[in-house]
Amino acid sequence: MTDLLAMIVAKYNYWLYVVLMMIGLYAMIAKNNLIKKLVGMNIFQTAIILFYVSIGYKQDATIPIIQNAHGGHDTHNAVIHAADYINPLPHVLMLTAIVVSVATFGVAMALAVRIYQRYQTLEEDELRMRLSEE
Amino acid sequence: MKVLGFIIVCLTGALLLYGTGEFPDWGDPASPASTHLSNDYIEKIVDQTQVPNLVTAVLADYRGYDTMFETAVVFCAGLACFLLLRDFKEKKERFYRHTPTGVILHVKDNKKILKTGKEFEHMDKDWVPSDLIIKTVCRILIPFIQIYALYVVAHGDFSPGGGFQGGVIFGSSLILLAISYDLKTLVKRIKEKVLGIYAAVGVLVYVGIAAICMPMGGNFLDYSALAPLVWDPHHVRGLGMLGVEIGVGIAVTAVMVIIYVNIVSEGRHEEGL
Repeated sequence: MTDLLAMIVAKYNYWLYVVLMMIGLYAMIAKNNLIKKLVGMNIFQTAIILFYVSIGYKQDATIPIIQNAHGGHDTHNAVIHAADYINPLPHVLMLTAIVVSVATFGVAMALAVRIYQRYQTLEEDELRMRLSEE
Repeated sequence: MKVLGFIIVCLTGALLLYGTGEFPDWGDPASPASTHLSNDYIEKIVDQTQVPNLVTAVLADYRGYDTMFETAVVFCAGLACFLLLRDFKEKKERFYRHTPTGVILHVKDNKKILKTGKEFEHMDKDWVPSDLIIKTVCRILIPFIQIYALYVVAHGDFSPGGGFQGGVIFGSSLILLAISYDLKTLVKRIKEKVLGIYAAVGVLVYVGIAAICMPMGGNFLDYSALAPLVWDPHHVRGLGMLGVEIGVGIAVTAVMVIIYVNIVSEGRHEEGL
């Protein structure tokens, strides 16, 4: 039991993201309303984004912006230690993912609006009923 | 379905939690993600590009292609919203309010358009009287938000920021205008056509800067080829990134507003949130 607790404390960030991801996945699978499904999708994406960003974190490191690099000429003298700056690559990838998630969310909302205009409902079971009537 | 879904979710979660046992501890400097490639990036980016913000440097230079097509994705999202929702039919009914008396006019003939101005005020069907406090506060806030957005775009090379973030902030300032006043105010200020043109121009600026590099003797997206064109050849890569980020900012701003306007008004651009 103490082993498990120690493992959770050392890796609590992953546990949080997995729980967040489970919430999102459950909403996507079990919710009946399309908008709630979309919200679940966004929670899922947020969990993955947080997971990636946390991978890039290093203890005792600062944000990935090199200090004292403004002058331009003395930069060659200053030695940059990789351990002083957190890993920028996950941040770049997740910036991409955030933008794509916003774009997909916008299109999904537009589709939801169209579905509502045509069937007057966003509940999945009612939609299925309307579809089988046609 | 709910029980089945819950079981599936629990199984997936348990599997993932079991997998995290093998993961490096949080903040471990010796984790695999932080040992191989990223150290090279951190140590050499300033030498290679003269840009202190590593995220911007990787985003706009090393991964320039990715970001270019991502701007195209954002543009396509705006286009998809427009094509899915835009409805050019004029609405039949209109509502106006006579400002001095507060009388509400219901015009059923859509050919009769009253001039809004001092006496008449356009209003939505389920109109809520706009609050003076909200209007005034937003009116004061919006210019500052926009200046901040421009700062975030322009300073993206040196501090946290960049085209996507600045563009979203700028777009949200315009959306705030639509929320605090009404949609008509926003659509009147920024025409739909202008928004579409901006969205395309943003992508074009990015691709244009990338393409100019080729006749200048470099590869596509190789900003160092632009050195003869700029006033500060030492920082040519930073300036190339700045130009690209400005393009991204324009495209993102326009697309945010296009998506918002189309969704809240169901494509009518007349009344909405």
